[in-house]
Amino acid sequence: MKWIDYASASSVQEAVDLLKGGGARPLAGGTDLIVNLRIRRLDPDTVVDVKGIPELNEVSYDASKGLTLGAAVPCYKIYNNKAVAKAYPGLIDVASLIGGTQIQGRASIGGNLTNAAPSGDSIPVLIALGAIANIAGPNGTRQVAVEDFCTGPGKTVLKQGELLVSLSIPAPVKGSGAQYMRFIPRNEMDIAVAGVGVSVVLENGTFKSARISLASVAPTPLFVKAAGDALVGKPVNDASIAVAAGIARDAAKPITDMRGTIEYRKHLCEVLTRRGLNVAIERAKENK
Amino acid sequence: MPSKTHVQTTINGEQVDFLCEPRQSLLEVLRDVIGLTGSKEGCNDGNCGACTVVFDGRIVTSCLVLGVEAAGKEIGTIEGVASGSTLHPVQAAFLEGAALQCGICTPGFIVASKALLEQNPNPTEHEIRFWLANNLCRCTGYDKIVRAVQDAAVRMQEA
Repeated sequence: MKWIDYASASSVQEAVDLLKGGGARPLAGGTDLIVNLRIRRLDPDTVVDVKGIPELNEVSYDASKGLTLGAAVPCYKIYNNKAVAKAYPGLIDVASLIGGTQIQGRASIGGNLTNAAPSGDSIPVLIALGAIANIAGPNGTRQVAVEDFCTGPGKTVLKQGELLVSLSIPAPVKGSGAQYMRFIPRNEMDIAVAGVGVSVVLENGTFKSARISLASVAPTPLFVKAAGDALVGKPVNDASIAVAAGIARDAAKPITDMRGTIEYRKHLCEVLTRRGLNVAIERAKENK
Repeated sequence: MPSKTHVQTTINGEQVDFLCEPRQSLLEVLRDVIGLTGSKEGCNDGNCGACTVVFDGRIVTSCLVLGVEAAGKEIGTIEGVASGSTLHPVQAAFLEGAALQCGICTPGFIVASKALLEQNPNPTEHEIRFWLANNLCRCTGYDKIVRAVQDAAVRMQEA
């Protein structure tokens, strides 16, 4: 690894000041950054440790306002938080399957999003939950919907000097449920061949709303708005689910690589959407 | 000329001062600067778990922590697991159950297994296997490791 300087920021403003000159990268859990420094995929002169900034460590849940999740909060603090675990089982699906125990001790959901891998497991479920990215930069703060955050493999809307501060996730409403499901050939510690994040809101046996998003089948995690919209007003049954799953399959634009072929991944999108919706529906029925 | 950083930390209960370059991982610092060579370098990218240490109460792969991040933290390594010449129950169970062959992965497995049993004294086989998913062993096939952790759980409850 080439020489790098290390700076620890104690406020958002200090981090933005350190980042705005360029040549610097924020360091949260480091489970992607340090690997990328070592293989020189990223080549900053300075890493700015953002774990000392209060806003990036925030985990505050309110049943009416929803969840504010600091961008540097490690996965284990999410699934060890009983209120968050109860309100957002879909988020817990991803916090407990990214890497293994050691990785979950450091890796953050904010880092998974800013790393912007097409296979980033947390991103489809954030999209399904309607999460908003809260960004601070030299020109103040702004908010971007997570479905608009990633612009290509490893690329995001963040401009030089901008920092992801936190994620805002709306409060779960009555009759809502969410889930993330991925396919990997192993049982754990692997990169998704395909992944699907879904959320539904049920009312009187019909879908009031639904959001479906895919991982590993496009240059960015893919929000398939049409798949969720197709469920609105439809009865909660296998026929409705099959229509949405078919739209998700057709929306996937995967490549063939060592993890799977185009045909296989499109098929997986259909299967995972169907199974994911069934889990989300069960969770929604328990969420009275 | 770039200069080294002075870091003050606690390792296995003792205050330690060291100088390191900001690019050095905690694993490099432990092994090459401080001389604690029990933590092993396997993959150096967070997959194999041979470098597992306790970092402020939580297990992490020390290859993916910068040495400078250790400032003010409490670190536990394999060297702090035994009490003098008395092995920790996890160590004794691994040794007596032959849960190792070449031994490179063993420090990481022991640190991770001890952390599991401290928070979950009676884990199921499923829980053990998922907790240890971030530790790779190319010799044993894992079966003896899982049985050693189960044995250690019994020993710790009897102790």
